[in-house]
Amino acid sequence: MRPKFELLDKPMLERILEEAFELIEDPGVRVAPYVIDLLRGAGITVKDGVAHIPEPLARRLLDLAPHGFCLYDRSGKPAVRYGGDDVHFDPGSSCLNILDPQTQQARPAMAADLVRMVQVAEMLPQYAAQSTAMVCNDVPQDIGDWYRLLLVLWYSQKPVVTGAFSATSLHTLLELLAIESGGAEALRLHPRAVFDVCPSPPLNWSDFASQNLVDLARAGVPAEIVSMPLAGATAPVTLAGSVVQHAAECISGIVIHQLAQPGAPIVWGGAPAIFDMRTGKTPMGAIETVMLDLAGTQVGKHLGLPTHAYLVAGDGRRIDAQVEMESGISAVLGALAGINMISGAGMLDFLACHSIEKLVIDAEAIASAQRLLEGIQPRSESLAIAMFAQTGLRGDFLRLKETRTLFRKEQHFPSAVVDRGLAGTNGAPDVLERARQRADELVSSYERHALPADREHEMITFAQREGKKAGLKGLPGIRALEYAGDRA
Amino acid sequence: MRQSIVDGAADTASSLAQQAVASGVAPLDAINNGYVPGMQDVGEQFAKGQMFLPDMMASAEAMRAAMAVLDPELKKMGAERPPEGVIVLGTTKGDIHEIGKTLVGTLLAAHGFRVHDLGVDVPGEKFAAKARELHADIVGVSALLTTTMRNQRGVVEAMEKAGLRSQVKIVVGGAPVTRSWADEIGADGYAKDAMSAVDLARELMGRKLQKA
Repeated sequence: MRPKFELLDKPMLERILEEAFELIEDPGVRVAPYVIDLLRGAGITVKDGVAHIPEPLARRLLDLAPHGFCLYDRSGKPAVRYGGDDVHFDPGSSCLNILDPQTQQARPAMAADLVRMVQVAEMLPQYAAQSTAMVCNDVPQDIGDWYRLLLVLWYSQKPVVTGAFSATSLHTLLELLAIESGGAEALRLHPRAVFDVCPSPPLNWSDFASQNLVDLARAGVPAEIVSMPLAGATAPVTLAGSVVQHAAECISGIVIHQLAQPGAPIVWGGAPAIFDMRTGKTPMGAIETVMLDLAGTQVGKHLGLPTHAYLVAGDGRRIDAQVEMESGISAVLGALAGINMISGAGMLDFLACHSIEKLVIDAEAIASAQRLLEGIQPRSESLAIAMFAQTGLRGDFLRLKETRTLFRKEQHFPSAVVDRGLAGTNGAPDVLERARQRADELVSSYERHALPADREHEMITFAQREGKKAGLKGLPGIRALEYAGDRA
Repeated sequence: MRQSIVDGAADTASSLAQQAVASGVAPLDAINNGYVPGMQDVGEQFAKGQMFLPDMMASAEAMRAAMAVLDPELKKMGAERPPEGVIVLGTTKGDIHEIGKTLVGTLLAAHGFRVHDLGVDVPGEKFAAKARELHADIVGVSALLTTTMRNQRGVVEAMEKAGLRSQVKIVVGGAPVTRSWADEIGADGYAKDAMSAVDLARELMGRKLQKA
């Protein structure tokens, strides 16, 4: 039996959906001019920029959305399956700051920081996907979104969770992905990336978000709705009320998306949070925030859709017991909820800061969560009797063949980041130092796998051309030697 | 009056203001000795963790209800409550989030500042134009997203370009914003939350007046 955790019973799920369907019809959903004709063409009334979506149509379109799809690695193999109870983790996205590995003070993130994080995440099997984790402050703002994707594609073979910063730049990101995949059709058949698209709470699909939904659907590249109700501020204060809003935002997004291209892959996702009534901040580590994520995704699962949530993030400003307590709890709960993609590892300070050391520590919490998901299995014919038959009451189970055969399946062995009293860890540095050492080891053992030369050439030519338009000098984060052949 | 503000009781605050006017209490006395101490109590209780943001919003609404009665009376007398300062507020270009900015504006207004809210998705040039028009003391720029936070720099640049930088203080805030970011873009201050935005505005006004 696989362990599972659910917050909502069936009557509550149905009540949430009932109210969500009611909301998208009245008061309706604010939509951008870009999609008004599309919606009207389907018979949806749009008045003063507000779409009033009838439930039967919304239900029909929800039925068209695929119940699962895969993201592929660089070699074209399926590497992340969205759908069912599959659980994957990726680092959090779009941070402007990083905790400096040496000083542990927050500072603006640079391309070299993103490269290091990608290399560390590449080496950690706990992360099934990469993310465009940071905004590189040494890269012009206007090209920040595609440039960070370039770095991830350059240094990683894993699928990528990414996103565009504007309606127009999405096409640049898609072009880059198509180059890397070997063409737009190859990208459509074997998408390497999923794009986060965020409605603005409450119930507003802005021009940027609407366009991204439509253009991604038409390109056949998966979209991931990241609905962000803030309970008590931009959403009802009650958790149930915010889950209703989350559902209404996801359903209305899927309506737009499926009208643009029926059957295009889309994820029911989000980054909801409570609004802290003392500070006005949005604590990602609060248990109520986690509850919003779990309940929100449960609604999506109830509809048979692939799911995503933002967890494994802490709110403190340094790596300490608070941050890791928050991150560990939500990693375990998210896994138990069977959320397909859980983003957020490595992040702290209300998602304002990333840390490579935290990413390494979070990987240990994720590994524990993954072990938990395996549950307790009947690994031998009898559970205990046969082993007792061999040892009687002597208790020397260590000698048994079964022990030797099965202990690797039963026990997860954490890295030296977790102090289990191994030689050399007694009186050893604290967890932060151990994480720092582990990150160094991972980066040392990382080896970049080059793309086929023609694709590398095309990617570099693309980056140099687009970068030049924005005044970018060189290609930060990509060593000249790595593409020297390109210039020869 | 003081208690009506603490309780966030807009109807009570308004009817007490009407009673004060009817019984000949000077409007400025009612404001300064009745309602303003209420807002001070609220600020203190918030700082101690005894009141929360929804309580503060209700208190600010009660203050607004009282002022809606008393301001016209002041004007009839040819008087005016001197504002603590004139503030132009908005959410930066590309960002349509308004909750934080609205909260700050409400509290600033309740504390006697004259606030002009430009709304959301506001380009730097619009901040500069409104600041010039209103002879603003402070421009407050909010951003919720890491991606739009960078446009706060554009507001600083627009204010410089308009030749207003030396006369107008610039304050930035929002979820991803930090003090070091404020320093980096050359803003005059950073407020981590709505109440500290009021304190910061007062501090900046104090500095401005000292200079003048």
